[in-house]
Amino acid sequence: MKILSSEITPYKTYLNRRKFIKGSLASALLATVSTSAFANHDNNSSIYNKYLNESDKLNSYEEITTYNNFYEFGTHKKHPHLNSGNFKPRPWTIKIDGLVKKPQTYDLEKILSNVTIEDRVYRLRCVEAWSMVIPWQGFQLSELIKMAEPLSSAKYVQFVTVFRPEEMPGQQKRTIIWPYREGLRMDEAMNPLTILATGLYGHEIPNQNGAPIRLVVPWKYGFKSIKSIVEIRFLDKQPETSWETLAPWEYGFYANVNPNVDHPRWSQSTERRIGEFKRRNTLMFNGYEEEVAHLYKDLDLTKFY
Amino acid sequence: MFSIRNFNRSKPILFLLILFPSMIWAYQFIAGNLGVNPIERLMDEFGLMALRLIILTLMISTIANIRQLKSIVVFRRMIGLFAFYYVCLHFSTYIFLDHFFDIEFIIKDIIKRPFITFGFISFLCLIPLAFTSTNKMVKRLSYKLWKKIHYLIYPAAILSSFHFYVLVRADKTEPMIYMGIIVFLLFERIVKKFIFHRPLAR
Repeated sequence: MKILSSEITPYKTYLNRRKFIKGSLASALLATVSTSAFANHDNNSSIYNKYLNESDKLNSYEEITTYNNFYEFGTHKKHPHLNSGNFKPRPWTIKIDGLVKKPQTYDLEKILSNVTIEDRVYRLRCVEAWSMVIPWQGFQLSELIKMAEPLSSAKYVQFVTVFRPEEMPGQQKRTIIWPYREGLRMDEAMNPLTILATGLYGHEIPNQNGAPIRLVVPWKYGFKSIKSIVEIRFLDKQPETSWETLAPWEYGFYANVNPNVDHPRWSQSTERRIGEFKRRNTLMFNGYEEEVAHLYKDLDLTKFY
Repeated sequence: MFSIRNFNRSKPILFLLILFPSMIWAYQFIAGNLGVNPIERLMDEFGLMALRLIILTLMISTIANIRQLKSIVVFRRMIGLFAFYYVCLHFSTYIFLDHFFDIEFIIKDIIKRPFITFGFISFLCLIPLAFTSTNKMVKRLSYKLWKKIHYLIYPAAILSSFHFYVLVRADKTEPMIYMGIIVFLLFERIVKKFIFHRPLAR
């Protein structure tokens, strides 16, 4: 039974391979293809080892790019991979508005030239009880927030996905209310774990994974990590989010990974790591308890799920 | 052309045709090319096939009301048994592959989650149908009683389509289509039986 994929790369091998690529001709080629995504790339990835456990092995590029929930391209897991070919992630702008000093629209290139791209290997836990380990390249959302200069009255950040039904066939059907919307509390957004990802496995992030820029909040269920962001809005009230609007009894605003609070239709106590046969126990805050538990110490997590 | 004899002759072909997908999926599963989440995929394929076959048996009964096509009913038992076969595969995938014999968890899951409860009850409904499927059993039970037992196909069909409906997260079109067909077929029977007082097809 070939369930355990031979393509799963141990984290160390991946890092070594990256070092090798860096020193070879391949990196020159890679650099010409994806200069913008890797401007100011910080290769000091060792500091991210601490976020992984020994049993966490990287999922393969194929696994990460052919099994996605991105309803803008269809509701089946293989649809984003099959239907995202016509999507054009460049040129790209992000509108920043709401409670900020000066609302404006930024070119993605301009944002990228002002931030430090880092390697971040994170566990991703889907609300559907499967998970992966993914090597992202991206920058801390806090860097962009500082750039945006929010007012002190801003307590929440809202994110909006692009709406292009002609390029995103899933948007031609009203499965959910488009455009997709997500949100974070300001302290969650400023947490150093929260990143905006622009790369995956050293490539520019593929369309099906949220090109050209997406959120990654590793201690929350995957649907919080909104893809293909075109607008970031600073608010004083908790924003409405897509899944919460669709089924508030099933999906909350917080959506923190929590093995003790079940989804009404299935248990959240275990998960299937893609590529593994036996289920794993789900970890509190997806294993990032040390980094984020303090954000919720006054919150009843069974009510604010 | 639509004689019982011809239909009986084509049974082996139909047998292989319906068996074939399970062989393919089992082979793909073992060969490791059933996608990135093979256990989920296997469970979905078996379950969907079972639901389609259950609906097919109901359709056959309806079609058999057309006089020229009444011999089609000879296929019904085989298709019904195959529905049970796929339900068993679906259920064993859930127990053995998805939850790896974690019986305590499975029992909790069945009781606590309505959609799994529906699926499980539907499975229970199909067991007596499968066990009383032989001609001998029909004789032993008397046709009247046998027929009563086989009304269980209705709760089985409704519950299994609901099992699928609840499972889907956002785009409910496909489960809605199945539910629509089931409701239509049920409605057709009710009208016939209670309004026109015609016996249902045997």
